[in-house]
Formats: sequence, structure tokens, C-alpha cells
Amino acid sequence: MSKSEVDSGDAVHPGKPVIVDRYTAGARINHWVTAISLVLLALSGLALFTPSLYFLTGLFGGGQWTRIIHPWIGVVLFVSFLGLFFRFFRLNLWKKTDSVWLGHLRDVLANEENKLPEVGKYNAGQKTVFWSMSLLILILIVTGVVSWDEYFGSYFSIEQRRMAVLVHSAAAVVAICVWIVHVYAAIWVRGTIGAMTRGKVTGGWAWRHHRRWLKDLVTGKH
Amino acid sequence: MFTPVPNPTTNPVAAKFGQQDLIRRSASSVTPPAKRQTEVAKLIDVSKCIGCKACQVACLEWNNLTEDVGVNVGVYDNPHDLTANTWTLMRYTEYENAESGNLEWLIRKDGCMHCEDPGCLKACPAPGAIVQYSNGIVDFDHDKCIGCGYCIKGCPFNIPRLSQVDQKAYKCSLCSDRLAVGQGPACAKACPTQAIVFGTKDEMKQWADHRIKDLKSRGFKNAGLYDPPGVGGTHVMYVLQHADKPQIYAGLPNNPSISPLVEVWKGVSKYVGLAAIGAFAAFGFLHHAVAGANRVTAEDEKNAERLTEGRR
Repeated sequence: MSKSEVDSGDAVHPGKPVIVDRYTAGARINHWVTAISLVLLALSGLALFTPSLYFLTGLFGGGQWTRIIHPWIGVVLFVSFLGLFFRFFRLNLWKKTDSVWLGHLRDVLANEENKLPEVGKYNAGQKTVFWSMSLLILILIVTGVVSWDEYFGSYFSIEQRRMAVLVHSAAAVVAICVWIVHVYAAIWVRGTIGAMTRGKVTGGWAWRHHRRWLKDLVTGKH
Repeated sequence: MFTPVPNPTTNPVAAKFGQQDLIRRSASSVTPPAKRQTEVAKLIDVSKCIGCKACQVACLEWNNLTEDVGVNVGVYDNPHDLTANTWTLMRYTEYENAESGNLEWLIRKDGCMHCEDPGCLKACPAPGAIVQYSNGIVDFDHDKCIGCGYCIKGCPFNIPRLSQVDQKAYKCSLCSDRLAVGQGPACAKACPTQAIVFGTKDEMKQWADHRIKDLKSRGFKNAGLYDPPGVGGTHVMYVLQHADKPQIYAGLPNNPSISPLVEVWKGVSKYVGLAAIGAFAAFGFLHHAVAGANRVTAEDEKNAERLTEGRR
């Protein structure tokens, strides 16, 4: 018997339409602190990544302020993401059905979800985003500290710092790509954004995209 | 005796080079001037250096820098390393020459080499914070420096240092302010033995040849000029008694070049990175145009209602 797909705080409210609580206020605030940090990091990081985007430093009060503030936002993001990690990791653990789901990526993209196995609270795509972000943010904080010369310059060799900035920028590029997938999926799958704003989705949304989760909720399997 | 750079006139003169003579500018593209100025160079003859540190003092004095009082750990190097205030540093090495049985005191004046292919400039993300003049000087513009320390990662010689006061990077400017009005660098001016001389790069190479011949006649058969081709040559060169092993001179790199990590980071990674980001965004737009939104249907809502009815 598989474990419940229900998180504490998830609840279903029968009615027309059915309303399902998906994210608690704490989880949503945690998410948006992380989201805002990530966007600011991407903008300030890209400004220093390539001269053609250096103008973005203007958003942060110039080049020096960008250099000063970027690593501190990174610290905020790391701590904030740590919160998300511990909130979400249990239901993001990989299952056999997730591999089946990923094998049907073509059907996913064609909006033919009826051909897919029933999905719990998170589908394989969301889990991939979750785990790749977890790994990337770990890489980014480590390489970020190594290349944070103001405070840590004296602890690492120049060769280590060179490696760190290279890995940092590569990981950041991948993270931005993952972020694009994440944001696009939220826009493409209508009715999703409400989950992270008001914390609620409709029963139809849950039935269509996360049927296992809805069924576990309804049967009261906790 | 090398003819020193004469004292200039005390009348105001126009600067001999400026923004119009830039051949490279960090994080920006410049149109190089049609005509390059004569390349200049500083030649440091290690075999003539007596280790008096007059150059260090002259550098501090001219550039109005003050070094913190340090700690003596039993070596002559003072301070122990280059700092944001010490742009040039005498590095002392006691070298036991196995061939001659002599103890040789190798004293190398360390500092910016003013590479023809400057790693600091290539790594710098701030437009115009590092510039290269057509006469070969690589200079930092501290108003534009953002203090990220990328120049430190770009430099193959480990030269720039971040100031703990204003968090900006500092290094030898080759006295660009003095050179602009026809003077030589302060260190060269102060050197009592002409171990440091300054002139055009060609002159310096000729003078070095003359010095190398002299050294060879004295039994230093590997004497030679240090003008490393890996960085396109430098505008600060050394005459070394043992040019076959530069590393014995307090770790002078054998064959310096910009690290491949820096080349990848500042080269291909930008194009690949931006292309990847663009491709992901483009995929999103295309997918939405072709496949359209994934909407919840009325039937989905019905199914959910049917599923939950029993719980009411």
C-alpha cells in the first residue's frame, strides 16, 4: 500500500465547484520569498554575467550595489529554499509511476493527460523541478561563498575561485532554465497560479492533474 | 649606463595619451585607434637589484599610499605580500646554485606585468573599469570598479588586490599619470642601480640583450629576457640570470597564460548560457502557440463533485 499523497494543511471542501486547499499560508509566503529572491538574483547575476546585460545593475543602484547585494540575496534564498525543501521533499520523493509519467512526456505536452498514470500531489515534472532546484541551489551557495571575495577571498586559492565562478555561472544558467520551465508550466496549466496565491485550486483542477492526491484527500487517507 | 628619462618641463603640457588611445576596454568594445602609440616597457634587471626597496617607497610616495605596520617573521619581504596599498613588492629568494655551489640572492620586484593580453581586463564585468592604452599600459579606473574581484581571478600573475577599505581592486598603474606628462615610473626614477629602467619596448629589449650578453660572459649561461608569449608579451619585463627556470624567482610563472577556466567563463559560457535561456523561453512561447493552454473542463469539475458528494 502506497503512502498518502496528502500534506498537512491540504483539505477538500465539497461544493460547486469543489475547492481544494493546496498550500498553507506559511508555504505560500515561503515560496514567494524564495521566488522574489530568485528573480532578483537572476537579474543581478545576469548583469555581472555578460556586458550586454550590465545595464540591469541600474535596478540595484549601480554596479557596486549589485555586487554587494547579490550574495546577500543569495543567503536569503538559500535559507528560504531550505524551508521549502523541508516542507515539500516528502511528497517529491521519486516513485515508479513518475518514471512512467516522464516516459509519456509527449502526451503531457499534447495536453492528453488521460493517457497518464494518476498523479499524487506532485507530478514527475514538478518533482524534477524540485530536485534540480535543490541541487542547483546547493551548488550555487557553495560556489557563491567561494567566490565572495569580500569576506571569503582569503580562504580559497585563486584556482578554486576561478572554478567556483565558472561552475556558479553554469549552475545559474541551468537554474534560470529550470525556472522558465516552472513559470511556464504554471501559466500553461490554467488554474495553477491560484494554488500559490490564495492557496486553493478547484476540484476539477485536482481531478485533472493530481487525481491520486484528490482521491487520497476525499477518502481521508492521511 | 642607460640614459634615464629626463625631467620634463615644469610648464603644463597636454596629456600624451588618453581615452582616444584605448585598444581594450573591459566589458565593452572600442574601436582601436588607427595608429598605435609606441609601446613602452619597464625592464627590471634582477641581477642588478640590491634589494634596497627604494622602488617600493617611491611607489607608496608617488601614489600617496600608506602601508600598515607589519610583523617581522624572519624574512626580508615587507609587507609579506602585495596589498591594495603595496602595488610593488621586493620578493627575496635564497637560491643555492647546485652548479656553481654559490648562494645567490634573487630579488624580484613583483607587481603588475601589464600583459599585452590582460586576463584582468577580460574577466572584468564593469564597462571601462579596466582599460588598455595603445602604449601597452593596463590601468584600473576606480570610479567604475565595482569590487567584484573578477580581475583577481583573471590575472595569471596573482597581482590585483581588493582594498578592505573601499572594496575596490588596486595594482600598479605603470605610473600612467606620470607617463602621460612624459615622466618615467616612480620606481624606475628611484632605483639607485638602474635595475629598473623604462623606455620604449624595443629599447628595453635592446638594453636587455646587452645585459644578457654581459651576464652570459660572467657565466650565467641561461641568462635571458622574461617577456612571456603566453600573454602576448608584457610591458614589464625581467632580465633573469636563470631564465630557464623563472619559478625560482619567488614563483614567477614558467609559461603564464589566461586560465582556460577564465577563457571558458568569459567566452563560450556567455553565448551558450544566453542561447540556452533563450531556447527555453522560445520553447515556452512555441508550445503555448501550438498546444495551447491546458484548461480544466466542466467535466473535470463534475467528476470532482461526484467524487466528493459522499462526504457531504
